[in-house]
Amino acid sequence: MAKKEAIEVEGTVTEALPNAVFRVELANGHMVLGHISGKMRMHFIRVLPGDRVLVELSPYDLTRGRVTFRFR
Amino acid sequence: MERKHLPSIEIAEPDLSGITIKSVQEIDTMREAGQVVATTIELLMASIQPGMKTRELDAIASREIKRLGALPAFKGYRGFPATICVSLNQEIVHGIPGDLIIRDGDVVSMDVGAIVDGYFSDSAVTVGVGNVTHEAEQLIEATRLSLEKGIEQATVGKRVGDIGAAVQRYAEAQGYGVVREYVGHGVGRALHEEPSIPNYGDPGKGPLLRAGMVIAIEPMLNLGTWQTRALDDGWTVETADGKISAHYEHTLAITEEGPEVLTARNGSVR
Repeated sequence: MAKKEAIEVEGTVTEALPNAVFRVELANGHMVLGHISGKMRMHFIRVLPGDRVLVELSPYDLTRGRVTFRFR
Repeated sequence: MERKHLPSIEIAEPDLSGITIKSVQEIDTMREAGQVVATTIELLMASIQPGMKTRELDAIASREIKRLGALPAFKGYRGFPATICVSLNQEIVHGIPGDLIIRDGDVVSMDVGAIVDGYFSDSAVTVGVGNVTHEAEQLIEATRLSLEKGIEQATVGKRVGDIGAAVQRYAEAQGYGVVREYVGHGVGRALHEEPSIPNYGDPGKGPLLRAGMVIAIEPMLNLGTWQTRALDDGWTVETADGKISAHYEHTLAITEEGPEVLTARNGSVR
């Protein structure tokens, strides 16, 4: 039986919240909360409203995710 | 603060990956569970014919697993209601056996899991029933061969990405879609353990494969797009474009001598 993996989706940052949490609007119109992945904190990649980002969602809670990549 | 006079202490890095290494005895038990699965799949392959309901296959598997003294691994797993998964045509995985009638030309994948003494094994095959189209036949064969490509990579010192890359390269070269959202997995005292074994990836990337790891590799290949959609029953996953899909899976132990397929049928990987 196959295991369900985390899903990566593209979205646009709409609002920066405290603690490096962002509100992200996904391509399908859903709004999710995304926190910055550790790797992005380490490399000090700034994320600003309007940026296109990749969000990793868990199949168990589709309202929260990790921002894993910012598109240039 | 001045730190240079502090003694240096070597601290072993804890293994946070969640990957478990199995002893020879544990692998022996998993081989037993694997052979229950293999025998059950052989019986299913011999029994399937047009006109059958998919729930009849479930009943056959249920009886066989019980007869062999094992427990079904899927029944009750996150609430899955049946012994096996039966996925027809455009269904990729996790189809729930029921009143659907298998017809001539159908592409049927059957996924079976068993538990012996608390240890799991998991395997799947896809069969074309009766007269299937040439393209369906080719898809099924390519899926089986892509699993073999993946198994070849499952040796000590390689990485999880080597397995995925081999499957992906083989499948995509023939124009098939490789499912991303569902993946293979570690197997052991639970059906799904770490690590995840995707059917795509980059060579040399991902967790290192070590002797004593037991994993399930399970390519899901689609005639069309790799994209999927889940049905309202909460389980069945089908192709987004409605084209057919095939699925093969083996549970294997990684040993110093190479991969040992625990769910091999008649000692063969087929």
